[in-house]
Amino acid sequence: MTFDDVIAHLEARFPGGIREIRRALGETTILVRTELIRDVCRVLKAELGFNYLVDIAAVDRFTEQERFEVVYNLVALAHGLRLRLKVRCEESDPVVPSITPVYPNANWHEREAWDMMGIRFAGHPDLRRIYLPEDFRYHPLRKEFPLLGIPGSLPLPEKPESPAR
Amino acid sequence: MEATSQTHARLEALIEGSHLEIWREHNRALLRRLESKHSSATFIEDALSTEMILNIGPQHPATHGVLRVVARLDGEIIRSCVIDIGYLHRGIEKVAEYKTFQEFMPYTDRMDYLSPYSNNVALCLAVEKLAQIEVPERGQYIRTIACELARILAHLLWLGSMVMDSGAVSMFLWTFREREKIYDLFDLIAGARLTVSHARIGGVASDLTPEAIEAIRSFIRSFPRELRDWEKLLNKNRIWLERNEGIGVVSAERALELGLTGPNLRASGVPYDVRTFEPYLVYDRVEFDVPVRTEGDNLARYYVRMEEMRQSVRIIEQCLRQLPPGPIRNENAKLSYPHKAEVYYSMEGLIHDFMYTDWGVCPPKGAEAYAAIEAPKGELGFYIQSDGTGFPWRLKIRSPSFCNIQALESMLEGAMVSDVVVLIGGVDPVMGEADK
Repeated sequence: MTFDDVIAHLEARFPGGIREIRRALGETTILVRTELIRDVCRVLKAELGFNYLVDIAAVDRFTEQERFEVVYNLVALAHGLRLRLKVRCEESDPVVPSITPVYPNANWHEREAWDMMGIRFAGHPDLRRIYLPEDFRYHPLRKEFPLLGIPGSLPLPEKPESPAR
Repeated sequence: MEATSQTHARLEALIEGSHLEIWREHNRALLRRLESKHSSATFIEDALSTEMILNIGPQHPATHGVLRVVARLDGEIIRSCVIDIGYLHRGIEKVAEYKTFQEFMPYTDRMDYLSPYSNNVALCLAVEKLAQIEVPERGQYIRTIACELARILAHLLWLGSMVMDSGAVSMFLWTFREREKIYDLFDLIAGARLTVSHARIGGVASDLTPEAIEAIRSFIRSFPRELRDWEKLLNKNRIWLERNEGIGVVSAERALELGLTGPNLRASGVPYDVRTFEPYLVYDRVEFDVPVRTEGDNLARYYVRMEEMRQSVRIIEQCLRQLPPGPIRNENAKLSYPHKAEVYYSMEGLIHDFMYTDWGVCPPKGAEAYAAIEAPKGELGFYIQSDGTGFPWRLKIRSPSFCNIQALESMLEGAMVSDVVVLIGGVDPVMGEADK
């Protein structure tokens, strides 16, 4: 199986669902329509052998339209292929369907994307922050978040009056 | 609705007046998640007679760093557990956007600080792929040798602390003696012991001296004997076997679902190794086996790592034999740092050094690349998007420990409290990498 087969299969299953195909540096990137991502993943896993989700990255494109991008890194072990899937979403309401039902290990990767970039994943079983405390209100990997942080944004625990209980 | 408010009240009562008052919102979410798993917990004063919530970590020798495990126990069995990470989060990915590619490299040392060399190489490979920079052969061989030394280094720490987790201390001292020897080798190769920062974009910082080559040779001559001795001690050891056999069993399909990586994945019977899947450096020019076990338990993870160390020795041997003469770094000063001798004694060298420090290498605008290596703990990958400047627009680190710890959360459920210690040891997490 080659990337051409993968693309042909996806195009047959999702007419008009693929927005862009890019091949560069020996890597293949497919941009799909956001609402289709879970179904595309399901097809990739069940019919094309992409059985291992390696990584999910969230990217702040910092543009007027479709500001955020979610990048999925999938591997088909039996065929020796590595595929990159992408979806985009708007700044005002950044929601992407969760692929945790298809790849259970997407759970933490999606939580990371929510924590750092503020993209919500619809249908995620447990969308909590992963690195930062729940009390923190910002998403630090967004471009407008300053490198040194926002002073006072992280409420520090009060100093206990008596020694530790 | 009734149940929810009851749960809420119980959580409030649990949090009130305990150390969980700190980060109230965070702890509430954590406990709510624990409650929603499988069944509901009851919080009764006498913890011994019923289910109890136990916090393991974040600071504990068994957690190999700052890892917090919130477990609901039924007697000695963990009914459900939630893992809380982020205690070592330093925002490395954010920092990366404010550094040139080369400037960022020392930060990768601090991620998996047990095998800094392979992290350096992973970043360099990604940048080289992105900007299409060639690395001379000798540079690649040096990197391969040092990466395999780093693998032994990391596995030695895992072995020592893992055996210590199951109750034996002297093993820890023996593996650390060998680690000291490898640190000495890194001192000879890179001029630093812990945070080596030896790789450069386009090659490596300095060549191997004959003295260093001789030292590496003598190390790989003596090391297999140590390995044999340790195996003699452990492979038939009743305590060791019974504490690890059948603990944390993960089937091949489940391992892929959970996202296990590295030796943990291969111990479950999935022969996925980046060195053979998409060979980088000179791994396609050396012969080595990828050890795979099918049991999927903690003992299988031990066997896989022991065999990997032996294979590393084999790879280093072949690399030393094949080591070609020639340059160690790309000679184009626009792509790679010039040699220090050139910087000190020629004007061009000085200018190039300044330019490279200020702007660094500038990959084309809109380019993106993902390069991964087989780090000691699994697939370590860097995904970089470029905006045409010397700084990455977005740099995403795929860290193996993060994925392994995620799998650990469901591996712990159903295990006993005493297994937590060996299970954490068995998946070999490094929190610096998991938290980024």
